[in-house]
Amino acid sequence: MADERTAPEQEESPELRELRRQVAAWLKENIPADPGFKLPQTFMEVENEQQMDFLRGWQRKVYEAGYLGMAWPEEYGGYGRPQSHQDVVTEEMARAQAPFMVNVIGLFWAGPTILKLGSEEQRKRYVKNILSAEEIWCQGFSEPENGSDLGNAQTRARREGDEYVVNGHKIWTTQAEYASHMILLARTNPDAPNKYAGLTFFLAPMDVPGVEVNRIRKMTGEYGFNEVLFRDARIPASVRVGEEGEGWGVAMAVLMFERGASEGQAGGNTMTVLTTRHVLDTARKAYRDGRPALEDPYVRDRMVQFMIEERAIPLNRRRAHVQKLLTPGRELAPMLMGKLMGSEYMRRLSDFAVNLQGGNGALYMGDPDAIDNGVWQRAQMNSYSATIGGGTSEIQHNIIGERLLGLPKG
Amino acid sequence: MSEASFNIRYSDEQAMLADTAVSFLRSKSTFEHVRRYIGDAAGYDPDLWKEMADLGWLGIALPEEHAGAGLGAAELVSVCEPMGQYLMASPFLATTLAGQALLRAGSEEQKQAWLPRIASGEAIATLALSEPDGSWEPEGFAAKAETRGEGYRLSGTKTLVLDGQNADLVLIAVTLDGVPALLAAETERLAGRLRSEILVDETRRSARLDLDGLELPASARLEDHATDALRYVYSLAWLLLAAEQAGGANGVFDLTLDYVKTRKQFGKVIGGYQAIKHPMVDIMMEIENTRSLLYYAATVFDGPGGESGIAARMAKAYATDAFRHAADRSIQFHGAMGFTYECHAQLFFRRAQWARHSFGDAAHHRRHLADLML
Repeated sequence: MADERTAPEQEESPELRELRRQVAAWLKENIPADPGFKLPQTFMEVENEQQMDFLRGWQRKVYEAGYLGMAWPEEYGGYGRPQSHQDVVTEEMARAQAPFMVNVIGLFWAGPTILKLGSEEQRKRYVKNILSAEEIWCQGFSEPENGSDLGNAQTRARREGDEYVVNGHKIWTTQAEYASHMILLARTNPDAPNKYAGLTFFLAPMDVPGVEVNRIRKMTGEYGFNEVLFRDARIPASVRVGEEGEGWGVAMAVLMFERGASEGQAGGNTMTVLTTRHVLDTARKAYRDGRPALEDPYVRDRMVQFMIEERAIPLNRRRAHVQKLLTPGRELAPMLMGKLMGSEYMRRLSDFAVNLQGGNGALYMGDPDAIDNGVWQRAQMNSYSATIGGGTSEIQHNIIGERLLGLPKG
Repeated sequence: MSEASFNIRYSDEQAMLADTAVSFLRSKSTFEHVRRYIGDAAGYDPDLWKEMADLGWLGIALPEEHAGAGLGAAELVSVCEPMGQYLMASPFLATTLAGQALLRAGSEEQKQAWLPRIASGEAIATLALSEPDGSWEPEGFAAKAETRGEGYRLSGTKTLVLDGQNADLVLIAVTLDGVPALLAAETERLAGRLRSEILVDETRRSARLDLDGLELPASARLEDHATDALRYVYSLAWLLLAAEQAGGANGVFDLTLDYVKTRKQFGKVIGGYQAIKHPMVDIMMEIENTRSLLYYAATVFDGPGGESGIAARMAKAYATDAFRHAADRSIQFHGAMGFTYECHAQLFFRRAQWARHSFGDAAHHRRHLADLML
């Protein structure tokens, strides 16, 4: 990209610069060669054991080299270093186009939640295996009848002695077929004074009788998410986080981590990052109406619009740390808007990257003439997983409108 | 570019200037005050101008040797953003840009004569740049100067000369011997040549300047580097206008937010309806993006070249669309009230229109950015 040449000088301590150099060198040596089979673009598209084994092996290697969980406490398996060190490493992983960290739900959602709200015993039990990818995690929040209205979840957990008996139906469960554990939101008290007060949060084991996982095919034609049926599945009471009735608060903490509105995630890259630089690469191979796509004024104007927005995303994160530059009354805006803006940006960008391909934009993954093997056609469809999952864009609008702008609930 | 390269610096000076500007303008540049000067020929309050000078704003980016504060563009941004938010009407932008042109291209004598007077608020200065063809880049001026005896004889027309009717000094951009040149004219020499324009933004003033037959002495010519100085002031204008637009977007957004939180229809506050709530969130996000792009551009600003020029064009392009969008929805969400002259939304709407058409609209800057980046 042209602006590599004009990048402003980095203002980074010598220690961080040295770390950056070290990790870049390590990545160069250690990034695995193309395995010769199709790899997923995000953690939501892992569809067979081969892909899972490859990615799990890579995450373990990164962790053992000391480049994952760098800022998590040592007593639970982290490396106890400053967050800035992990940030530098994560940036270098993205820059090197390294395969992504596959245990995303563990590293980014479950792990930080366990560290923040779990018991000492739970932290000791789960955190290290999240980092090493020894144990894969999935998330049991959505149900067929309760998606955006998460607080209405109806999966039951009934206390019996030292156990809870779980019955219900969770859905859109990414990586459930590989997961050993699920962060589970279930109803322990159907008679609570309000729907939220009846919920409890569990770190549920998946390898118990009565748990059935069925794959669901996605619009791309691939697999990656599932439905999970609980039929009298018994889980130990010791996996409960907090008390009965406190589940909604824990789930909200998870969602803040999931949406990037809270910090404390393990780090590492979470997807094969597609940027405007990659769109440019595509555009250089594409023709529209008989002429190179990059000569088309429509393509040029739109491309620059995306480049501007692409800068605004990291700049918002930088500004979030400059107290005096936060908009009065809306200080949390740069953090809270990250998920909505980022996911909608990627949806529009991937659509544009297909759109600029002229007639070839109609080809799909698998056709030998599809530009870049249809990477953008695939990304375009997959982009909806982020605009819907983790709270739809519509729900994000409501949250920001109500919490930040003080608008009334509709 | 990697994310690690993006940095936003914000100094104590910037923060202090911004805090002062916000409290000063909030109390002084009220809607009532802004409207009072709409009908005024000069369009600004000379007492307020004096107070701004006393606060040191007119010398922020002028060197100490010329009675300025010796700060830079980033500090100008700190006062321009609140000026946009409170719809400040004054010759600040005109005088600041002209001062920078003089600083960069003027002779020692010209600088000594004018810069301290500019810094003290005693003199208002401006640049005559635009022409009837509407070009937004500092090249190929159709206005000409020819050597005539000891001085110059000018021809052509300048438009949209900011505060031309208020200025004591006009720096006129012309083509001289095939290259851009700046000629300084005290306004006594321009008698009968300035016509006040009717601007969409009624809080602003600008003038059309007829140059045909105007004669200026040899001493009027600014020294060399007119091209560099012009490019610099254009890029500074992108940055400062982006700051004003960011502030304006915030100002009109707050106005709309207050309204949709209180106005009731069908027994409910209208801000509770998603048809209002969701676009309000979109506008808020655009304002946040604008402010991030703006303060990054302010951090790296050193003129039109390289990363500085790219960041300033990006800020102007994005801020233009964001302010327009915020003002457009403000009219709509105020309902029939928004369509009235009385509603303050129109003040911001008009300001957004004016700013879009000044120093390049969004598509213009994106076209230049495409050439730089693709």
